[in-house]
Amino acid sequence: MCLAIPGRVASISGDDPIMRVGRIDFGGIVKEINLAYVPEARVGDYVLVHVGFALTLIDEAEAERVYEQLNEIAAIEAAQREAAL
Amino acid sequence: MKLAEEYRDGHLAGALAARIAHEVNPAVRYHFMEFCGGHTHAISRYGIEDLLPANVRMIHGPGCPVCVLPVGRIDAAIRLAERPEVTLCIYGDLMRVPGSHGNSLLKAKAAGADIRMVYSTLDALRIAAAEPERQIVFFAIGFETTTPPTALAVKLAAAKKLANFTIFCNHVLTPSAMQSILESPDELGRVRLDGFVGPAHVSTVIGSRPYAFVADEYKKPIVIAGFEPLDVMQAILMLVRQVNEGRHEVENQYTRAVKSEGNEKAKADMAEIFELRESFEWRGLGHVPYSGLRLKEAYAAFDAERRFAMEDIPAEDNPACECGAILRGVKRPADCKLFGTVCTPETPMGSCMVSAEGACAAHWTYGRFRDRARAAS
Amino acid sequence: MTVKAYRRKLDIKNGRVDLSHGSGGRAMTQLIADIFHQALDNEWLRRGNDQSAFDVAGGRMVMTTDAYVVTPIFFPGGDIGSLAVHGTINDVAMAGAQPLFLAAGFIIEEGFALADLKRIADSMGEAARAAGVSIITGDTKVVERGKADGVFVTTTGVGVVPDGLDLSSDKARPGDRVILSGSIGDHGVAVMSKRQNLTFETAIVSDSAPLHRLVAAMVEAGGPALRVMRDPTRGGLAATLNELAHQSNIGFRISEETIPVKPEVAAACDLLGLDPLYVANEGKLVAIVAPEAAEIVLAAMRAHPLGRDAAIIGEVVADEHNFVQMTTGFGGGRIVDWLSGEQLPRIC
Repeated sequence: MCLAIPGRVASISGDDPIMRVGRIDFGGIVKEINLAYVPEARVGDYVLVHVGFALTLIDEAEAERVYEQLNEIAAIEAAQREAAL
Repeated sequence: MKLAEEYRDGHLAGALAARIAHEVNPAVRYHFMEFCGGHTHAISRYGIEDLLPANVRMIHGPGCPVCVLPVGRIDAAIRLAERPEVTLCIYGDLMRVPGSHGNSLLKAKAAGADIRMVYSTLDALRIAAAEPERQIVFFAIGFETTTPPTALAVKLAAAKKLANFTIFCNHVLTPSAMQSILESPDELGRVRLDGFVGPAHVSTVIGSRPYAFVADEYKKPIVIAGFEPLDVMQAILMLVRQVNEGRHEVENQYTRAVKSEGNEKAKADMAEIFELRESFEWRGLGHVPYSGLRLKEAYAAFDAERRFAMEDIPAEDNPACECGAILRGVKRPADCKLFGTVCTPETPMGSCMVSAEGACAAHWTYGRFRDRARAAS
Repeated sequence: MTVKAYRRKLDIKNGRVDLSHGSGGRAMTQLIADIFHQALDNEWLRRGNDQSAFDVAGGRMVMTTDAYVVTPIFFPGGDIGSLAVHGTINDVAMAGAQPLFLAAGFIIEEGFALADLKRIADSMGEAARAAGVSIITGDTKVVERGKADGVFVTTTGVGVVPDGLDLSSDKARPGDRVILSGSIGDHGVAVMSKRQNLTFETAIVSDSAPLHRLVAAMVEAGGPALRVMRDPTRGGLAATLNELAHQSNIGFRISEETIPVKPEVAAACDLLGLDPLYVANEGKLVAIVAPEAAEIVLAAMRAHPLGRDAAIIGEVVADEHNFVQMTTGFGGGRIVDWLSGEQLPRIC
């Protein structure tokens, strides 16, 4: 449904809160994105962007944790496969 | 940290698939609906079906705001764009949506209507400021993810006193649509649903709390899932576990982006600018109460429907079109007589074929080779 | 003693094309001389004829023609002029032929800046010289404001195919290998990054390049083991594979992991909701090669600067439905279908 992708805040400008704008780096592509809905965003943070607006900060610690969880599942599966052989 | 690639890892996909295969109860058939069109697209594009055990079936839901836009609203937009003073700004998704008589915004553009594709509502505002002699109308569609951007545009237009900017509001609400699926009267056909894969980005805005009714009243598990294929698979694993353990809870797989309260500021803006329509028509689902938004009286000046006295002329879908049943998961694309013959992505007859993530479009574009294999075997 | 009429120099810096430049009179002659002949200079154009004659070495001739209407006219990595030269050279090269000569026609909109026209002509001259090809004849027309999007360019190319080589799109056979010369989506993303309402900053440049020397190396390595070659331009790799599948009445099985995509191109596609398989290329080719010669051809490609990232991406299979089936990087399967209309950025 709603295509939103993560990007890193490279720079921020604008004083008026609803016109606060960031240059967001999406893996090398940089685009100006409105930051009105993420007033807590700082340079270096990751935000989720949809139609030119950042909708939320991405919790990097959570991203890592979930990714580790998936790796653990993979490790368990591999171990079970080994045991079965 | 590359936050997309890690979640597309094929090796981890295989492990998750094996895990799901281990944990499913072979005597049980699991039916999960992924509500959101983005999830339908991910499932098709990455071929996730091939990685799931045979007794887990994914049913494609109506969470595609382009697909559920009624024919009459497209016709109205075309009529609006045909006014010489109007510049209609639209998201790319709307270009090819079929209205009545095979017309579309793309065809209207070819016939001379000033229709411009934009990436963001802010682009439409820029055009309004740059071309004061034109009437700029933004065709606003989308669920709760896409609504705050429209709200902000209206706020900015008010602040800048832009007299030539209005919106044609077609924003719709997710929880109401989910309820409509769960309430679907028997005569329309209801498929057994064992749980939902909840929308990724709608949830970043509304949070996880609004889905409580699915778990509490309808006793179905719902797992909010991220957008990437590994997110979807992890969510399916979590759903399988809930079913096996007899639980029905709201769980959040997309913890890196979704908080239980969502985005307070975005919710506040939506509440300030919009109000609920008593009823709104959804292509394929009929009239759904309290499922659509319109501008509040205070912002009437930015409402295209009021400024241009837009008439509501309801229009019919092709009677052979099975979109209604397909959107509710009761039928599959291949069950529709029009699928692949009269109805293709080039000549879409109904909502499911219209957008890249409609169930029929996704199946046609990515998965119809499985139909041929099934037919041949 | 006759006094030579004063001829005011063309104001290339600030001047604009007007209808007199297309009317066949002195103004047009001056435009052609000062801009086109200057930039494209060669022995044929110096003769100043409406046509040019040339000798042809024995062999089958190849002819192709293309129109170029790209917007924006100037984009990272090229412009409508270099695009036209490269594109037409490539069409000739896809027959395995050596490109020899080009003809170029220009339809220019009244009001087009002379500085831009010169830039385009110079670019074409450079591209042609670098490729060892001459633009030996042309035509210029000027139309009223609003009747052409700045400038439209049509180019026709001729070349000669070596004996014994008969590449054709109906020659793919089950078992043949599919080789892609490099990363996909570069040109489309570069052009899109400059389109109105979509602009973004990127280091991606168009891959527009002449492929005839790469093709010559491939012909030398593989000879008749080369069945088909095609450059995936509009509609991307997906369009090309679907066309070939229909024309040869076969199917393809390809692997997503083997298809090179630059990370920035992937990022841009993610941002706009596009699939790189459908994005245009202007300096890549797909070759269908008999299996026994695939590795040799691949090695020859990788030894050439335009084929460094060449990869075998799949094979031809029997398939009455002519599907292009792909194993995704994720492990599942999907088909890569024809595109319906132009791929548009999406929010959903």
